[in-house]
Amino acid sequence: MEINLLAFGQIAEITGKSAWKISGIKDTNALIQDLEKQFPHLVKTNYSIAVNKKVIQENTAINENDTIALLPPFSGG
Amino acid sequence: MNSKPNNRYQRQIQLKEIGQEGQDKITQAKVLIIGAGGLGCPALQYLAAAGVGTIGIVDFDVVELSNLQRQILYNLDDIGKPKATTAAGKIKALNHDIKIETYNFQITNKNALEILENYDLIIDGTDNFATRYLVNDACVILDKPLIYGAVLRFEGQIGVFNYSNFETNIKTNYRDLFPKPPDSNSAISCNDVGVLGVIPGIIGTMQATEALKIICGIGKPLANKILSYNALENIFYDFEIAGNENSNSDFPKNKAEFLAFNYEWFCNANFDVETISIEEFDTIRKQETITIIDVREIGELPVVDEFSFLHIPLSELEDKISTLSTENKIVVYCKSGQRSAKAVQLLKEKLPNSQIFSLDGGVEAWKNNN
Repeated sequence: MEINLLAFGQIAEITGKSAWKISGIKDTNALIQDLEKQFPHLVKTNYSIAVNKKVIQENTAINENDTIALLPPFSGG
Repeated sequence: MNSKPNNRYQRQIQLKEIGQEGQDKITQAKVLIIGAGGLGCPALQYLAAAGVGTIGIVDFDVVELSNLQRQILYNLDDIGKPKATTAAGKIKALNHDIKIETYNFQITNKNALEILENYDLIIDGTDNFATRYLVNDACVILDKPLIYGAVLRFEGQIGVFNYSNFETNIKTNYRDLFPKPPDSNSAISCNDVGVLGVIPGIIGTMQATEALKIICGIGKPLANKILSYNALENIFYDFEIAGNENSNSDFPKNKAEFLAFNYEWFCNANFDVETISIEEFDTIRKQETITIIDVREIGELPVVDEFSFLHIPLSELEDKISTLSTENKIVVYCKSGQRSAKAVQLLKEKLPNSQIFSLDGGVEAWKNNN
């Protein structure tokens, strides 16, 4: 089961890429765990998660071909 | 040349979505722009050009050389002048028919409600999280639409908060997207990491567009949404925001709670930074050898030539920590004390045994005292 990941701002800096695919992830909690293991800097970074463009607050199931976007806050003006 | 108002606005009155009725709404509209910087400059310019009847400008800062790369209302002659009144002069020259109010001071929870009350629509062009949360909360309490914009490097975000598109009655706000401010170590502002000048140009212009849509009641404003733009990848991606229960816990729910809320503290909640007062700093730097570090970016004002220091911009500090001597006390300063507090936190992690202080109020406060 493949899913699409999009990263913005610092998240893309930390992961080193702005769009990629991963597989074997069933929900957003599992995704966070997996990402934090791969990219320990994410632990200290706060960001919102959107599943298919909807910002989620709670653990959410992920299905084949879903697009998960990771958006950190910016403060620059 | 005919400067009759109808000629001036002819090209937008011609649009059937706007017409004379829309133009009348624009003339009657009162818009407040908080921050006359990278985002505020283009927004001000287009809103004044469109004929927004009353424009308020809040900014306590003065124009610096390093602003000119993106803050397009200013030129070399404006360096050192207050931004709010300078910006007001520029847009007044563009359009005599509009009324402009300037607020040459910092917006705080003590004065925000009084100022915002006078406007229909607020544009957030600020450059730090504390003010962003403050402006957001004030708009929620006063039930005013807030057009949010923020930039970083080659990216920008824009959204409309506290406004419903009439499809639903839901009004979401910044705290529904980001209930808590970032950890101070991850908080990145423009000063720290840089931004391509056109990015706030694009986002600020989009903020002005959203303002005109809301004023005229046309199209679909970005209510309950955030649009993220990545210039390098040419990606526009939107996020739908739903109400967030987690956002309610820290939220000041009324005027009294708002007045009592400490936004600086909220946005630096994990801070454990020792500060040193201007007087203490002047005493110890004369009586012992200390390491003084300026963490501002190259070219920032004011210039310091009264004492010697190491110049290491915050963005380079982590890489250069190993070059620092750990024998002496270290005092870090920036312009106002925010970035130096971040720097102290960073240094403390790597040099746990050193005594490290942030200069309270930054070099601006020091200059005022000396």
